[in-house]
Amino acid sequence: MGAVGFFTDTTICIGCKACEVACKEWNQLPDDGFHFTGMSYDNTGHLGASTWRHVSFVERPVPLSGQQTGLGSFSWLLMSDVCKHCQRAGCLEACPTGAILRTEFDSVYVQPDVCNGCGYCVVSCPFGVIDRREDDGRAWKCTLCYDRLKGGMEPACAKACPTDSILFGDLDELKDHAGARLTRLHEHGLTEAYLYGADAAGQPGTEGLNAFFLLVDRPEVYNLPPDPVAPTKTAGQAWGAMALAVAGMAAAAIGAVLSVGRNEQDHV
Amino acid sequence: MAECHPVGFRWVMAAKERGATIIHVDPRFTRTSAVADLHVPIRAGSDIAFLGGIIRYVLEGERYFQDYVVHYTNAPVLISEEFRDTEDLDGLFSGWDLDKGRYDPSSWQYEGEEVGPSEGQEVYTGQPYSERGTQSRAECFDVTLQHPRCVFQILKRHFSRYTPEVVEEVCGVPRDLFLRVAETLAANSGREKTSAFCYSVGWTQHSVGVQSIRTAAILQLLLGNIGRPGGGILALRGHASIQGSTDIPTLYDILPGYLAMPKAGRDSTFAEYLEANQAKAGWWTEFAKYAVSLLKAWFGDEARADNDWGYGFLPLISGDHSHMTTVTAMADGGVKGYFVMGENPTVGSMHGALHRAAMRQLDWLVVRDFAVTETADFWRDAPEIERGEVRPDEIGTEVFFFPCAAHTEKEGSFTNTHRLLQWRHKAVDPPAKCRSELHFAWHLGTRLRHLYKGSTDPKDRGLLALTWDYPLEGPHEEPSAEAVLAEISGFRVADRAPVDGFTELADDGSTACGCWIYSGVYKDGVNQAARRKPGREQSWVAREWGWAWPVNRHILYNRASADPEGRPWSDRKRYVWWDEENKRWTGEDEPDFLLERPPSYRVPDGAQGLDTIGGADPFVLQADGRGWLFAPNGLQDGPLPTHYEPQESIVANPLYGQQCNPARMEWRRRDNPYHRAWGDPRFPYVLSTYRLTEHHTAGAMSRWLTWLSELQPEMFCEISPELAREKGLMNGGWATITTARGEIEARVLVTERVPPLRIRGRTIHQIGLPYHWGSKGRSRGDAANELIGFVADPNVSIQESKALTGTIQAGRRSRGRRVVTSGPLVPRLGSDDRRDLPAVAARPVDRHDVAHPRTSRPTPREEA
Repeated sequence: MGAVGFFTDTTICIGCKACEVACKEWNQLPDDGFHFTGMSYDNTGHLGASTWRHVSFVERPVPLSGQQTGLGSFSWLLMSDVCKHCQRAGCLEACPTGAILRTEFDSVYVQPDVCNGCGYCVVSCPFGVIDRREDDGRAWKCTLCYDRLKGGMEPACAKACPTDSILFGDLDELKDHAGARLTRLHEHGLTEAYLYGADAAGQPGTEGLNAFFLLVDRPEVYNLPPDPVAPTKTAGQAWGAMALAVAGMAAAAIGAVLSVGRNEQDHV
Repeated sequence: MAECHPVGFRWVMAAKERGATIIHVDPRFTRTSAVADLHVPIRAGSDIAFLGGIIRYVLEGERYFQDYVVHYTNAPVLISEEFRDTEDLDGLFSGWDLDKGRYDPSSWQYEGEEVGPSEGQEVYTGQPYSERGTQSRAECFDVTLQHPRCVFQILKRHFSRYTPEVVEEVCGVPRDLFLRVAETLAANSGREKTSAFCYSVGWTQHSVGVQSIRTAAILQLLLGNIGRPGGGILALRGHASIQGSTDIPTLYDILPGYLAMPKAGRDSTFAEYLEANQAKAGWWTEFAKYAVSLLKAWFGDEARADNDWGYGFLPLISGDHSHMTTVTAMADGGVKGYFVMGENPTVGSMHGALHRAAMRQLDWLVVRDFAVTETADFWRDAPEIERGEVRPDEIGTEVFFFPCAAHTEKEGSFTNTHRLLQWRHKAVDPPAKCRSELHFAWHLGTRLRHLYKGSTDPKDRGLLALTWDYPLEGPHEEPSAEAVLAEISGFRVADRAPVDGFTELADDGSTACGCWIYSGVYKDGVNQAARRKPGREQSWVAREWGWAWPVNRHILYNRASADPEGRPWSDRKRYVWWDEENKRWTGEDEPDFLLERPPSYRVPDGAQGLDTIGGADPFVLQADGRGWLFAPNGLQDGPLPTHYEPQESIVANPLYGQQCNPARMEWRRRDNPYHRAWGDPRFPYVLSTYRLTEHHTAGAMSRWLTWLSELQPEMFCEISPELAREKGLMNGGWATITTARGEIEARVLVTERVPPLRIRGRTIHQIGLPYHWGSKGRSRGDAANELIGFVADPNVSIQESKALTGTIQAGRRSRGRRVVTSGPLVPRLGSDDRRDLPAVAARPVDRHDVAHPRTSRPTPREEA
């Protein structure tokens, strides 16, 4: 099998959270604790070590094109978030033990028996997806249901999604489908719709996402970064900057020594 | 629908993708609204006014489907000269019987017809007047629809005041929004297009519940949207197989297949039972075949011609035994034992405190559930116990708790909203002593039969005569669910060969059938409900997936999808049609008609039985073959729907002097106090209850699961930012919500999604309350239904839990009394008789109650 992934179309998400529950059930993840957040219908907050699919509920004082409500200027954006399985995955590149690898499905997978819990991956994910579990210290995230894929089944979240807001499949086919869907939405007047992370051109910092999205507002509204960049992407720049800094400091040190020498001479 | 039926909503989204317009009318902006094209916030309890406004729009603008209305509805039928409308009598129809406190429908009849129920015939509140024997065909018509007494003109006058301005005033819906809904529906109906209505308990749980659905039915008939693909009125049921539990009923007043339950004082003999229920025209002329086959299925060889097929074994009902009447009788000591299966009434039903007070009077209580529910533990875990107002050691009720098997642990069928039976195979064995309902009922029956063995008491004969011979399977002696299905489907008694369908049933004892409408589900000895051929491998109607009753027919009354001559109304909407060459009805679905009856057939004088069904009369179960815009009988509260305010409202009825449904069921008791009819200064807000996607009804199936509980971990209320400011409520903080029945606390969710409405210059605040929580489980909280009183629709006894009044305060609940069963919660106001016109207010208080022997402390009654 070639590269596979998710296309999550937020315009047909009904916020039922079946994906969140199916993911937890299949992967036997613990609950996040019972906390009433007061943030619309979202009580699990964000993706983390024990929540690999998460549904956001955004109540915004902005109308949605094509929709009319007696509430006036209002709409409710629903979106199921997940690990993006980036083409340029910050977590994978930061992992010093080799626990994180790219699979035959082109997904990014953490091997729990190799992970030593160093946490480098956590700070290297531009989306804040991967996280360490408090009780065992290791890092966890969506596996793209690697075990199900091996058995010829689609991931649990996509299987459970009643409206097909979450589509799983061959990445090229998903991109074609998403492009056609976008065109159709634009024709129907939902001109604010766009694809997030569908390719490297649109998102150079990750070189494209294997789990990409159709959104209708700025990424920040959905708690997504507008311009995510894998930290290693800028490693060259960083080395250059560091070399420059080292050179500068060396020069300064030498300069200081020389200048002290001069001063000493002056005092002699 | 997206909130509570997310899987079914898949098809709504598929329809939207194909260009359908989705309209959502709801007090709140919900997950359904989020993906709808149009969301209309409405005042809870004003649906009839809203739909009535659309009816007026369709009538006045001549947007109805003329040919359909003239030929397939009773629009041209003339009504009795004696009929008076609510427009003439300030909110009452003619026929209000002062002494009995209910309607006599004789003035609602078709002109030239013998009138309604005969004298001395007892009709209980909570039961329709429908006496099938009295229905007959209409005699007088005006197909030009001009006669002032034809149904069409009556309808037009009746709804003439439901203007967009009145809709705005009653419902709080701005005119432009209302007009867009009306225009969208009108434009999307007719020969080429159809519209469907989906509803749920937001329409039904009102004191006018049945009439809300009637209003939608009238509208859909006017628009020609019944019996046609893409049309219809779809009742989204609250649980898996709630449809099944009315088809094969858990209701007290019907037998399987909607056969009437025999009534004491009238149906003493089988002949009398048939006389009252077998229609003179239409499909119900076949009644005897279904009744005899049912008795044969139940009593086998003990059902013989010489004993009226064992009819005498059946109990007769002596009065109203609906839920709330039974619970109040229980509270008064008139009920000894109570089985609670698949229900958690102290959380899921209205007025939990009154339910608990009632259960304290029982000798025994049996609860079957996954976990010990609030109902099972009512004797030691309840607000009144916590406060010491009631002591467990003073409660004499013996409680038996049985763990039950989950749906994955037992076989059986689900019948969904589409009347589709889908077989459910067992995936795993139930753990420990958990057993199925079938196991419980069969083994209980077996033990009872053993205990009564040899009894000669006539009342025990039925129990001993039952066929109780299903094969047992496995180590736990599980009765075979397929064998039960085979009996339900029906067979020839002589050789037990399965019948193909109900047309093979006979009234001579040669066939047995447990439910005539399910007849054929085991056709050819094959479990038709277990078929799972994928949709992509068959026709678009998908008749090889599961099995839809009756006779695997997917759309009822589908004769209406063709014109009177039998041709499809349009090519785009072709479904069932008359094949002139082969002289029979054919199409995409099983035609809902006599297959060989030509469209040209006219009913000859003196016709009997199925010969009374004309070739252009699609509504075959009605005696006159027509869809009823006007219902001359069958309803307790009028032949047409009318806007009445809920029992508790914040406004006076803007249309009539009669504030509430005059026929509504009330329980005027000290432990069931009502607020003022309107303008109660103690309770200035509208309360409405509902469900969330994340939990299931009373929570026994979801509040024990961490994966569901974390998603909605606490009881909360939804309020607008305006109300939050007015009452000092903080998002995420606590609030206490109070009615005269109870007091609960909840977290506060401040949201724009529950907008205040403007009505006559006033701001109306609505408070949203999910009702899933109780004191058990991993996620616990107060039960919203503690707040709701006993009030009901008169036709089906459904409670009014979607529109009532109450108040809200910041902070957690007080340390004081929280349930009215321990004493008053709020100061009493003077008497309030503004709900009814004087003629109605004088009705007898206890008209729906049943005399029960009182065995212990009666609760004092409060006068009206």
